[in-house]
Amino acid sequence: MAVTAGRPTRGALLPPQLRAITSSRSGALAIFIARRILWMIPILFFVILITFTLMHLAPGSPWDKAGGRQLSDTVVKNLNIRYGLDKPVPQQFLLYAWNVMHFDFGLSYQYQGKTVSTLLLESWPYTATIGALAFILIIPVGVGLGVIAALRQNTRVDYITMGFATIAASFPNFVIGVIMVVVFSVLAYRATGGNFFLPAAGFGVDDSLVMPVVTLARLPIAYTARLTRASTLETIRQDYVRTAWAKGLAERLVVMRHILKNSLIPVVTTLGPTFAFLVTGSVIVETVFAIPGIGRAFVTAIESRDYPMILGTTILFSVVVAMANLVVDVAYVFIDPRVRLT
Amino acid sequence: MAIPATTVDQLIDWEVPEQQIGLWTDAVQRFRRNRIAVLGAVLIAVLVVIALTCPLLVQLHVLKDPIHQNVDFIESGPGQNGFLIGSDELGRDTLARLLFGSRVSLAVGIFVQAIILPIGLAIGLASGYFGGRIDNLLMRFTDVWYAFPDLLFGLVVVSVFGPSLLTIFGAISLVNWVGLARLVRGQVLAIKEKEYIEAARSSGSTPLKLILKHLLPNSLGPIIVTLTFGIPNAIFLEAVLSFLGVGIQPPTPTWGQMVFDGYEAIYANPTSVVFPALAIGFTLLAFTFVGDGLRDALDPRMRR
Repeated sequence: MAVTAGRPTRGALLPPQLRAITSSRSGALAIFIARRILWMIPILFFVILITFTLMHLAPGSPWDKAGGRQLSDTVVKNLNIRYGLDKPVPQQFLLYAWNVMHFDFGLSYQYQGKTVSTLLLESWPYTATIGALAFILIIPVGVGLGVIAALRQNTRVDYITMGFATIAASFPNFVIGVIMVVVFSVLAYRATGGNFFLPAAGFGVDDSLVMPVVTLARLPIAYTARLTRASTLETIRQDYVRTAWAKGLAERLVVMRHILKNSLIPVVTTLGPTFAFLVTGSVIVETVFAIPGIGRAFVTAIESRDYPMILGTTILFSVVVAMANLVVDVAYVFIDPRVRLT
Repeated sequence: MAIPATTVDQLIDWEVPEQQIGLWTDAVQRFRRNRIAVLGAVLIAVLVVIALTCPLLVQLHVLKDPIHQNVDFIESGPGQNGFLIGSDELGRDTLARLLFGSRVSLAVGIFVQAIILPIGLAIGLASGYFGGRIDNLLMRFTDVWYAFPDLLFGLVVVSVFGPSLLTIFGAISLVNWVGLARLVRGQVLAIKEKEYIEAARSSGSTPLKLILKHLLPNSLGPIIVTLTFGIPNAIFLEAVLSFLGVGIQPPTPTWGQMVFDGYEAIYANPTSVVFPALAIGFTLLAFTFVGDGLRDALDPRMRR
């Protein structure tokens, strides 16, 4: 108490009815969630502000053409009016922020007459399919490998698993993707005379999903495996695990009920960053495998300086990442009762 | 745990000098015992030698000119037409481009750390040392920065300011300084409460002296480790930008760009993609090995 003297206790300024809420754990949890959601608003505001400012700092206009015939002044003027670029920049920003709140991200520069929202909705299913499949793979494969390595610590199984995890964690996405294309598409095609090979590009709910999903899931799997191994090694030295063994419980029960449950706690915290990684990873994977998802749309927008599209994609990505972090933070409170709500 | 490093303990150690090994000497010894870390260091040393000597090799005609185009011999396989590991879509020697590519990668890795070190130190120290409102402001600032996925931000910056060497260094530094600033802040917060800081403060040390003589040297280990891991991260970002076609522009050979260029003709000529891809992978692996080794060697808890 002495430490907090002089500082109002939590909820001191609230009316008594509300103060009762803050004193219970579920009430504190509700406030914690509400605060985290509210905190997303200024963050997203600054994300929009910074990206918007950067876009407008860009030298030249989006109508400049690299080589070839330049557009006439009248055309540029008309285009500026059509896309609202003739107004002062602060007014443009406020208008944009207002529209974003209504899920209106404006018109794309590169595709005539299409709105950014339409483009994002069109490309979303591809990114979501690959991301979801990768996400489903991560936990069982990563945790499984980690637990096996830990239970067989300092054996060949451990060394091989962790060796693979280290290499997989160091090699970037596009390097792994490209090498996989060489091995499973090019060399497999040559070796089998075209009878067996994985398609190197395109999207379909078939074998063309294998390489993109593996490429995307590889790094999170490697991380999860290393983390699970470390936390499992810590858990198996705990007293309650020794007790479980001493009671004569079957190995399966000890591992599933006593070891796994506790060693999973640190793994859950990494799911937020993992989600962020899957989002940015889609940019690379979709470029390598020519998949028309949001990541590919972003790169195309960057190349053609389609500002509304760049802004819209950046905002979407930031929202997804922020939401994932929020969900993980909240989930963590439920999983580990020792966590303090601050 | 809470036992302070009292003068008594130190006096006893002084009496037996043959057991007294400094943290740094000990760290060097432990690093040298770590075979994987040494392997990484050797790989990096080889890379540095290649990067420094390749222009000389071209002058001595041991190596072909990486920019010279020979349109008669495009997409040669390994060993064909006098190209040791083949040629690319403009008939340039893949081996020469591969060796020259190490220059850009190493330069990006090292210069970016040189840029973010002062920024991260200044913000981290200010935030951790002064605390209060400054800390709050600076940390909220880094929170916003953290909300950007770093690759996306790098892409946006490069697309806005154009893909020059300077923009790429700047873009990669802009997304990487936050981690260092947070680490330094954490270190300062942890060390600030130690007894020797209190002792120094009560004996009249000025804030500047406190920072330079106590806070900084004592957080040097984690800072070195963070910077070492920052090098592969910067190399990776440059390679990705190049691979997506917005990196350092031709004709300067970079590994990411070689993968990007060669990928179109991957069925006809896979070697022009495989070698630069593996070069990126193994370079990153070498730096990771060294980083892991340094982290273990500089961790006082792992001292024997």
